[in-house]
Amino acid sequence: MIKAKINNIDIEVPEGTTILDAARKVQVKIPTLCKHKDLLPTAACGLCIVKLKNSPKLPRACATPIENGMEITTHDSELFEVRKSVLELILSNHPNECVTCGRNGTCELQDLAADFSIREDKIKRFVRDIPIDNSNGSIVIDFRKCVKCGRCIEVCQDIQNVWALSFLERGINTRMAPAGDISLKDSPCVKCGQCSAHCPTGAIIENDETETVWKALRDENKYCTVQIAPSVRVALGEAFGYPPGTNLTKKIYTAMRRLGFKAVFDTNFSADLTIMEEASEFVERFAHGKGALPLITSCCPAWTDFMEKMHPDFIDNFSSAKSPQQMLGVMAKTYFAEKMKIDPAKIYQVSIMPCTAKKYELERTDEMHASGFMDVDVALTTRELARMIKQSGVDFNELPDGEPDSILGEYTGAGTIFGATGGVMEAAIRTAYNFVTGKNMPAFNVEAVRGMKGVKEAELEVAGHKIRVAVAHGLANVEHVLNKVREAKKAGKELPYHFIEVMACPGGCIGGGGQPYGTDDDLRMKRAKGLYNEDGEMKIRCSHDNPEIKRIYADFLGKPLSGKAHDLLHTHYKARPIYQR
Amino acid sequence: MKNWIRVGCDTGGIAAGADKVISALEAEKASQKLDVKIVRVGSLGLSFADPLVEVGAEGMPTVLYGNVNEVSAKAIATDHLGKKKLVEDCVVASRKRGTAIAQKVAYILVKDTASSGGDKTEYIQTSIVDELKRQGVEGVQVVRMLDAGIYDRGIVVQVLPSEVTYVDVKASDIARIVTETVKGAKVVKEILFSEADKQIRVVLRNCGIIDPENIDDYIAQKGYEALKKCFAIKPEGVIEEMKTSGLRGRGGAGFPTWLKWKLTREVQNPEKFVICNADEGDPGAFMDRSVLESDPHSVLEGMLIAAYTMGASMGYFYIRAEYPCAIARVEKAIAQARERGLLGDNIMGSGFSFNAKVRLGAGAFVCGEETALIASIEGKRGSPTPRPPFPSVKGLFGKSTAINNVETLASVPAIINMGGAEYSKHGTDKSKGTKVFAVTGKVKNAQLVEVPMGTTLHDVIYKICGGVQDAKPIKAVQTGGPSGGVIPEQHLDTPISYENLQQLGSIMGSGGMLVMDKNDCMVDVTKFYLKFCVDESCGKCAPCRVGGFQLLQLLEKISKGRGSLEDIEMIRKICVAMQKASLCGLGQTAPNPVLSTLRYFESEYKAYIDGGAVYARKMAKILAGEAPSPAAPAATNK
Repeated sequence: MIKAKINNIDIEVPEGTTILDAARKVQVKIPTLCKHKDLLPTAACGLCIVKLKNSPKLPRACATPIENGMEITTHDSELFEVRKSVLELILSNHPNECVTCGRNGTCELQDLAADFSIREDKIKRFVRDIPIDNSNGSIVIDFRKCVKCGRCIEVCQDIQNVWALSFLERGINTRMAPAGDISLKDSPCVKCGQCSAHCPTGAIIENDETETVWKALRDENKYCTVQIAPSVRVALGEAFGYPPGTNLTKKIYTAMRRLGFKAVFDTNFSADLTIMEEASEFVERFAHGKGALPLITSCCPAWTDFMEKMHPDFIDNFSSAKSPQQMLGVMAKTYFAEKMKIDPAKIYQVSIMPCTAKKYELERTDEMHASGFMDVDVALTTRELARMIKQSGVDFNELPDGEPDSILGEYTGAGTIFGATGGVMEAAIRTAYNFVTGKNMPAFNVEAVRGMKGVKEAELEVAGHKIRVAVAHGLANVEHVLNKVREAKKAGKELPYHFIEVMACPGGCIGGGGQPYGTDDDLRMKRAKGLYNEDGEMKIRCSHDNPEIKRIYADFLGKPLSGKAHDLLHTHYKARPIYQR
Repeated sequence: MKNWIRVGCDTGGIAAGADKVISALEAEKASQKLDVKIVRVGSLGLSFADPLVEVGAEGMPTVLYGNVNEVSAKAIATDHLGKKKLVEDCVVASRKRGTAIAQKVAYILVKDTASSGGDKTEYIQTSIVDELKRQGVEGVQVVRMLDAGIYDRGIVVQVLPSEVTYVDVKASDIARIVTETVKGAKVVKEILFSEADKQIRVVLRNCGIIDPENIDDYIAQKGYEALKKCFAIKPEGVIEEMKTSGLRGRGGAGFPTWLKWKLTREVQNPEKFVICNADEGDPGAFMDRSVLESDPHSVLEGMLIAAYTMGASMGYFYIRAEYPCAIARVEKAIAQARERGLLGDNIMGSGFSFNAKVRLGAGAFVCGEETALIASIEGKRGSPTPRPPFPSVKGLFGKSTAINNVETLASVPAIINMGGAEYSKHGTDKSKGTKVFAVTGKVKNAQLVEVPMGTTLHDVIYKICGGVQDAKPIKAVQTGGPSGGVIPEQHLDTPISYENLQQLGSIMGSGGMLVMDKNDCMVDVTKFYLKFCVDESCGKCAPCRVGGFQLLQLLEKISKGRGSLEDIEMIRKICVAMQKASLCGLGQTAPNPVLSTLRYFESEYKAYIDGGAVYARKMAKILAGEAPSPAAPAATNK
């Protein structure tokens, strides 16, 4: 342990703790614009400088490990003046467009400017005019608003291993851009949106499609339906002042109806449906040797895009089951339309997702039109939904609870935990166990696949078989898992895993690129807890026990992996070039 | 003694026409069937007189010729080698100053060094010839010199081969020189110049003397003996010796070399690296280039010693790509050393194995900063990273790494050979040894200078380099390149040391020294240096990226006559923010030229502000050379 003093307060922290983190422990907030809790320090902004006794230098708190006996001053008039000057410099290189910016009200730079009482532009503004890149439909980059903190690049390269973004040029012309100065569409970008979730300003935001949805809602010829993804219910509240992790499912249903949606579905329902198909697929491959092992989950579109670009050798291992979003879309425009006698052409299906890549998934392959129409017409992120609710005049916090439409709305605990890393695996195990043994697991919780560890491994005993599973989240963690499989295959050894779950975003969907800002591990844990709590309280905790699921198979689909199920609920993958040109 | 001719073939020499000189010499050698060996050597440092040719002929003193062209090269062959006659107007006087006439006088060199009045060199030459004739002396040639190495001391006369030098020679002294010195072999004490040369060549010891492309030439000068000695005294002994020597990093920061080595040695890491930082980028600096081009083996030997001391197994020369000649010579040196078993496994049977490679810098000044340099070698964008971790703990490819400057490494073998104690006799209390400077700008004789620490700036400029061009009054000296500052006339008597220069608001830096005369505009000079740093900022950290740019905008505004006193306040504020909050040395020191000119020459800024656009237009014309220069305002603050 290291003993030191911060602003004369004695502290004791483990070796390697940075001054910034140590200060937090004694309720001292050192301002920073570039350091994010998820990321290693880039030391770019220069705001977190502090004073050390007997040293003329002002080290950066974010990058300097605290040492024994250090006496640190974090705030005094000189530090304030230097920080303010640096902030003024940063602002002189930033467009003064707060009121029209996608981050108005959630911008870290705006907050700092307010905190430092910046009341006038003392330094002449210089902003290089670079056109906006809105080429990929999921993420929009406004390079002018970039403060060069380097977070997006670090998250894209180090956490996600995608390497779509990099710094180009130097000096005042330094800019963040898709590597090679191409458009984002042509870059290796997998649309996970982690860059936008980590950006302190409005330089990277989701492609806002609220206007498109409003238009559809106001169109009397359209029958608008909506689905809400598992992780949205425990994160949306943050935009309305609820503590992170508060489960607001029922309030959201009411809000949806108030917005004008004629039918409210829950993606948790289709998550159960996905599990039916995927667990069956696993049993086919594992127990009957039909298909490649390990089976790899494919409900994360950023992950499938990444796999198609970087790891096409695993295409055969991918579950062909569509993601819950797409399954619900196709069911709404076939089964629901048929039951309710609605012209499917009139159905306009909106999905509320924690994710920017879901926007891309809508037209990923032709199979996304399995209903004969676009199965899901538009995907909104949690952040966009929050704005729509605010625009609608609905007093969200005071709303009464509501219910979903019964036909595609009922869900189980297995569906709800889809939103957290390990959740798909856990849900699939519950059902696969039943499929193999004919009875439910004695205890449903699979603790080994829960939590924020980058790669989680477990060995499960199912009817005398040993099933080895791995769960990875954050795309950089995938490499390790896949390489282990590759090595075993090459050496002709037994496979290290039979089933692998991958979610592109750290923490899974609860940490998705479209979730409310400020996500860090602490917040991820709280959101995940919200989902696991709901699961724990549910009467039905296995997908195969969902009565609506049973009915849909009985009435419409037949059985899992049937011909009809295959036509509507499955897709395929193909190798794609990393760079599109 | 066999006859030899050395031609200075460093980049400077080649640019001045050394190749043509060599061709001319080779042609004469062939046609006259001369028995002479023509050797390409590096730089002696006297850049103002490039191309330089040194001639050693049997029965004659060694003579250095400067500003040699094809005509004088032919004369050297025909007259010097053929007739034992020196060539007129080309001789550079010996810097060694004799005190006794040991050998019969054969040549008398003359030069009028007075800065005012007409040149009396020819008059004196004729007078001496006449006097010699009058006294019946034969066989003595009187020659006009190109450079006497002594400035502003009237008529300077040097007699060869004894190198006795007279200054302030009057017409009345001529008879005495002939009677007493030439005939009587005695020194005329009253006019004798016995001041020792201000320069001491430690780093440059072999430069311009040995063939840089021939390892045997280096070995003949005690080459690789220091390494052998190090194997005997073991790493601890080397560190002790370096500690005694007091050598501090010559790249600019002045970190004690022994400590850097000790810290790196103490890190438990099976793989360690040594990097030679040869990314010399300061405008006007060419110290490292000269050393690499003239004596690459001394740098390589220094690297070997450093590696042995720290337990490193691999070394990189990080040389900027704009130095093709240095790169070629270092690569050749590495190849030769490998052939001789001085690189590779079990060097000299010591059990120590080491290899070296050259890596090219792609033209970014910031890559001289050690963490950016490491990133560049690793193939990443050359941006600095925060320290700690220091490279000694986690450097190149995550391994413990020590980065030493070219000059530092070149000093090492010399220190080991002479002993740390001997080396530490040079210099001041805290700044030991010698330092190489590249003196350029409005100086009379731009050149490479190696002086002991503690020498005053005045001595460097006036006694070694001959003062200001056209004998104009000096205004200031800029040291430390774009990270440094200006030192005004009134502080030129300051002895050079890391501490003193810092106190004056400048830095030692790597050794660039730019002389400015009274006509130079300090606002303009500041803009030049700042623009360099703004262009070279890597753009990573906000204070440097935006601060430098905005500073430059404000300076532009002022120099257009549109500035205000508030702008000066804002300039100071931005400077402080950059100094305090920039991540690396480049950003922290980029405001130095601004702050130091504001400290000493604020009146020049105010002249622009008060004079407005009219004054700015007038100054612009003057700076463009379209109008005569007025008397600029003098330094205001001490």
